[in-house]
Amino acid sequence: MNVQLPNLLEDALGGGGQKGGGRVVLIEDCVETSGAFVLHHFLKRSLSPNSSDAVVFLSFSQPFSHYDRILRKMGCNLVVQRDNKRLLFFDMQMLDSVGREEEKTSEDLLLALYEKVHKAVEICLSPPRNITIIIDDVSLLEVAANCLSNIVLDFLHYCYSLTAEFGCSLITLNHEDIYSSLDKPSLLLQMEYHADVVIKAEPLSTGLATDVHGQLTVLDKGLGGCFINSGKIRNFQFRIKDNQVEYFYPGSRT
Amino acid sequence: MGGVGGELRLPPQNFAASAIARTRIAEDSSLRLLCSDFSPPQCARIRRLNKNGRTDIPFGSLVFNHVLSQLSSFIVAQKSQSQGIVLVALSRGPLYYEELFKSKGNNVALSNKWIRVLDCCTDPLGWRSKLMESGRIANLTTGTSTRANLYKNVKDLDKLLSAIIELGKELVVEGNGRFAVAIDSVSEMLRHASISSVAGLLSNLRSHSQVSCLFWLLHSDIHETKAIAALEYISSMQASAEPITRPVNGQRGNSEKLPLLEQNLRGGKIHVRFKRRNGRVRLMSEEFCIEQSGIKFTPVSSEAEIIAQSLVPKVQFNLELSEKERNDRAKVVLPFEHQGNGKSIQIYDGRKSLNEDRAEMQDTSTEKVQTVEDSGRGEIIYFRDSDDEMPDSDEDPDDDLDI
Repeated sequence: MNVQLPNLLEDALGGGGQKGGGRVVLIEDCVETSGAFVLHHFLKRSLSPNSSDAVVFLSFSQPFSHYDRILRKMGCNLVVQRDNKRLLFFDMQMLDSVGREEEKTSEDLLLALYEKVHKAVEICLSPPRNITIIIDDVSLLEVAANCLSNIVLDFLHYCYSLTAEFGCSLITLNHEDIYSSLDKPSLLLQMEYHADVVIKAEPLSTGLATDVHGQLTVLDKGLGGCFINSGKIRNFQFRIKDNQVEYFYPGSRT
Repeated sequence: MGGVGGELRLPPQNFAASAIARTRIAEDSSLRLLCSDFSPPQCARIRRLNKNGRTDIPFGSLVFNHVLSQLSSFIVAQKSQSQGIVLVALSRGPLYYEELFKSKGNNVALSNKWIRVLDCCTDPLGWRSKLMESGRIANLTTGTSTRANLYKNVKDLDKLLSAIIELGKELVVEGNGRFAVAIDSVSEMLRHASISSVAGLLSNLRSHSQVSCLFWLLHSDIHETKAIAALEYISSMQASAEPITRPVNGQRGNSEKLPLLEQNLRGGKIHVRFKRRNGRVRLMSEEFCIEQSGIKFTPVSSEAEIIAQSLVPKVQFNLELSEKERNDRAKVVLPFEHQGNGKSIQIYDGRKSLNEDRAEMQDTSTEKVQTVEDSGRGEIIYFRDSDDEMPDSDEDPDDDLDI
């Protein structure tokens, strides 16, 4: 099974590193189909031995050991990368409880969080390189901020301004179905407005299948910088295996 | 879109702008409207309407950028009433706009004279300065342009108003010159302040004697209808960009609507509602497509024709007529027409024509003779075949058929 399959996700993202300013990527998933594997893909890509990129990872959903176990199977040792200062991991499950004890307001909490991110970016910039900020996931960030979505958006805005200023990439995960009852899901819509690339993970419209685990829709708005080039949209299916994810076009698998 | 330019009434002192506005260049007619200055403060609102299919490009910001660069090129060419633009940047940083003007070929060195950027994007709530003052983060700000003026408290709209006016006064050379104000975007502003205070800011700007025009971007799908309506009342022109096709709700899978979405990425429709001073409302709509060089506007009709042409199925035989075939077809004499024997064409419609009546009157004598001769006319002569057949029996003649 060593046949080199074309990585459709990489193709859809336009391959390799973006020059001149990072991009804002939003991953949307739902209960039926988790989009976490896309985050792992980005994590692995940024920490690949071919590059010197750094990652600032804010985790609200899982502890470090969870990511370590998954990435190890994919051939990437997170502990080593953390010691190399290429991965700055913030376990927000712990930090959140610390903030609560001191009875801080949500704004103070997110201001403190922004301080952490900014400092982390400062550290990573010491040799200038590409920095990827990953937030897993925004819905839990919202919970940490007492469901004040406006403050979450303020925090995200400051993260966006980091991407504009220092060329960082920002990758966020959010769940689409949480907002399905809202008429105007302000948080999700505003995140979509800010994103350069939106990746949606959905179940198959035809129902469950054993060898196809879902479909991805990648929308690249193509608005990098101010130079307009029309966007593109790709749709393909995937199958998650232990150490890799296979991507293929609908109907190309027997 | 015909006659859009012709309807414009521009102040007589502004010959150049009015000349541009009157030339009917199809591709830009709606934007010329947005970009031309009017003597009373003119508010244009660009909004993006996108309710169902959220997987598409926010065209609103593209249209906003187009208007901005168009207006700036008018100002540089001194074709506009306003002497400069104050750009309130809430969603994009000043670097972005610097690049935008560079890509549009405007002289950045000269831009100091006609543009001021109020940077509300880098530090809208003063978080950064708070952290920097306490020494917790270093001042990393590297490439921020000197033209950008940092504004650190977006929640205070009164101060924002005075900051905008102050920047505008820097631009204006003489005391009574005017400037334009562009806000990107009001959606961000509405996140920090209530609709009433935002509307207050906009209407204060609108009524300021030195503001020649004011335009802003609003993402209409985020806000409540009443907020949108309140802002619409303030504006005299509203351009809303929307996708060409809306996905049908029944389509669950993305793969089914992929072609539609792809079409939406290439362009959209723009609807312009323009309120005249006398209360008349004009509605216009155009289509636009995204090209490498920027947005290109086309009238709706021509685009529809192209679609109609492409809808004709591709068949092996020719459905079109050549010129010779067309001429030949025109020469064919149809059966009800006289075959060229000089008489006028008579078409029988069930009544006797006048000529026929006269002819009959003349022929009455001869006809009478004929009637006498043919007295037996109208009789039915019937012979029975044989005696077996019963006369007028009710029997079904096909009774013997075994169906």
